[in-house]
Amino acid sequence: MITAEELLTRVRDLLAAHPPATTAPADFLRARFDAGLAWVHYPEGLGGLGAPRALQAVVDGELEAAGAPDNDPRRIGIGLGMAAPTILAYGTEEQKRRFLRPLWLGEEVWCQLFSEPGAGSDLAALGTRAVHDEASDEWTVDGQKVWTSSAHTARWAILIARTDPSLPKHQGITYFLCDMHAPGVEVRPLRQITGEAEFNEVFLTGVRIPDSHRLGAVGQGWAVARTTLMNERVSIGGMRIPREGGMIAPVAAAWRERPALRTHALHQRLLELWVEAEVARLTGERLRQQLAAGQPGPEGSGMKLTFARLNQEISGLEVELLAEEGLLYEDWTMRRPEIVDFTGRDAGYRYLRAKGNSIEGGTSEILLNIVAERVLGLPPEPRDDKDLAWKDLAR
Amino acid sequence: MSAPFDLLYSEAEEELRSAVRALLTDRCPPAAILARVEGGRPHDPGLWETLAAGIGAAGLLVPEKLGGQGAGHREAAVVLEELGRAVAPVPYLTSGVLATEILLGCDPSSAEAMTLLREVASGRQVCVPAVPLTLAPGAPLPTPVRDAGGGVLSGSVGFVADAVAADVLLVLADTGLYAVPVAEVSLTALVPLDLTRPLATVGLDGAIGTRLADPATARAAVAGALLAGAGLLASEQVGIAEWCLTETVAHVRTRHQFNRPIGSFQALKHRLARLWLDVASARAAARAAADALATGTADAPLTIAVAQAYCSGVAVRAAEECVQLHGGTGMTWEHPAHLYLKRAKAAAAALGTAGHHRSLVADFAELPAP
Repeated sequence: MITAEELLTRVRDLLAAHPPATTAPADFLRARFDAGLAWVHYPEGLGGLGAPRALQAVVDGELEAAGAPDNDPRRIGIGLGMAAPTILAYGTEEQKRRFLRPLWLGEEVWCQLFSEPGAGSDLAALGTRAVHDEASDEWTVDGQKVWTSSAHTARWAILIARTDPSLPKHQGITYFLCDMHAPGVEVRPLRQITGEAEFNEVFLTGVRIPDSHRLGAVGQGWAVARTTLMNERVSIGGMRIPREGGMIAPVAAAWRERPALRTHALHQRLLELWVEAEVARLTGERLRQQLAAGQPGPEGSGMKLTFARLNQEISGLEVELLAEEGLLYEDWTMRRPEIVDFTGRDAGYRYLRAKGNSIEGGTSEILLNIVAERVLGLPPEPRDDKDLAWKDLAR
Repeated sequence: MSAPFDLLYSEAEEELRSAVRALLTDRCPPAAILARVEGGRPHDPGLWETLAAGIGAAGLLVPEKLGGQGAGHREAAVVLEELGRAVAPVPYLTSGVLATEILLGCDPSSAEAMTLLREVASGRQVCVPAVPLTLAPGAPLPTPVRDAGGGVLSGSVGFVADAVAADVLLVLADTGLYAVPVAEVSLTALVPLDLTRPLATVGLDGAIGTRLADPATARAAVAGALLAGAGLLASEQVGIAEWCLTETVAHVRTRHQFNRPIGSFQALKHRLARLWLDVASARAAARAAADALATGTADAPLTIAVAQAYCSGVAVRAAEECVQLHGGTGMTWEHPAHLYLKRAKAAAAALGTAGHHRSLVADFAELPAP
């Protein structure tokens, strides 16, 4: 197994051969990938060296100190965070070689075609159909997906579709890599409560996907999707938040700077939420320390619940605190923002956008079930859908 | 950037926890506590001796050169978590924390104070501060006791916790701090809401005390002790909440109604999942307070106020949920849930309410009232 010392030597060799100051960023990133220093825990030849995942921080720290360019994880988050680990786990050698390098380099942006208008929390109920054609060895996909980030900029998508409606809903699903430029793929912005369109609807009409772009076995798509979803939820931790960081900051600032807005009732709510925000910060910090000490606790399952509730309550208080100003909204023009900006915008935007925090990435109700069942060991909900053919489900 | 508190437990702290938990499991089961409180003598001197002297809990906050264990607030917090979990009727918060902190705040050249500190740290004497249990850090210190000259004290103090278990009382008078043997005072036991932390009125009609500190030192020592006590009480509240959650989860997994375990109903699952989140958060807040006390960071008063403002409510809610989700059983005298509810509710008033601590947060975080 490669050591931190050996990794540092390789990083310094890379920096010597491609000095960041005189190398084009794209060229540097290609050289970095080919040196196995992209994601060190990936196999050799695929941007890694088979090193322990924890050593990535050593590489990143050294490269950052040297002023090396970074690939933009904000732009390609779904690819790096979700598509890549799934392709690594389930892809053929050919798929790994074809997709991982341009994905990491950001040359090909990825999006995720999972959620549907009729299958949100109950994702396995999805109805997008994929039918196999023996003659061409291609699949024909028809259906509608929703809440798709980056679909308008993506070159590729991870897609799950139903390939056997006569089986129970978890069994008849297959996982595909879908070309977003293929005929029949239509992307429409989905305007949301804030007036903006961060997301898209994607309509799939007779889209042809070659069988070589199937990931995992036919009918095993749910198991493959679980790898994707687990990676979606690993994203917490790592960053240390300062006291009064996040949404509480603008409310506290308004309270300090504008005494005319203060009332006793608002003061009590502000103090309660300030305390809760500080406790949430400490809970996140404790989780981070547990992970660093190799004692991962189950607290991560709950942090999203806490932040969703707090963000909603704090931004709601802020709108009220601002009195007449809270009646106004910055701009209803339909825009397509690159990122969600929770602190740089006005209170009304924060209030409306925070409503999504308890829905996106697992609704609070579903997450509470997960905590209750997996952390507390409470009995599962009685279910009558598990053995029923998908085509016979109520909808 | 605020200081990165160490919010985990060290191996030594886990060993201390195991020792305290094993002792309490063996010697302090709920049925034994109930029998004692019904007999009007909640304290178990034998249990206290083993905890204080045998395990050395009484001297955790005291440096070795002053006769203690030379540990600190992080370790004392672990002891309090276990005492809360067992709702143990022992004078640890009062003698092992509050009185000990007051004595540590006295001038080290005071031979009387240092001698008493050794006795308390060894567990040979129980010493409790004669102040109301509700007295809060940051609140004005009352001095209802007068010194008529030569340490002859008069006056009375109400709502003194654990006075009935004490050998010595620490009395804050207008002329300074006094150690008063319990034989010198009259104790009138009150009927407390929390049966496991008894209250009494202390009468000092001509009681003779030994002066330990001048008024300024005395007041600073008491103020510091109240702050440390409030910070560490948060850990006791975490222990209470954790027992209530664990017992309730165990109950709803096995109790059947409508041909299902009641824990399979989503209404109860979501309540318990939320409570678990709150307990996990309370633990982080209480650990931060203990660590802030241990390191003496400038953040300590704010961190303690945050912990008290948060943990009081979590402990009470956990106990209330425990009673409610046990159904009729939760309302019985026989089931120990009521001991936890009473301790949690009384602890919420002890050393400052959540509201008081939020007003301290307002000061420290510069969020002034209108």
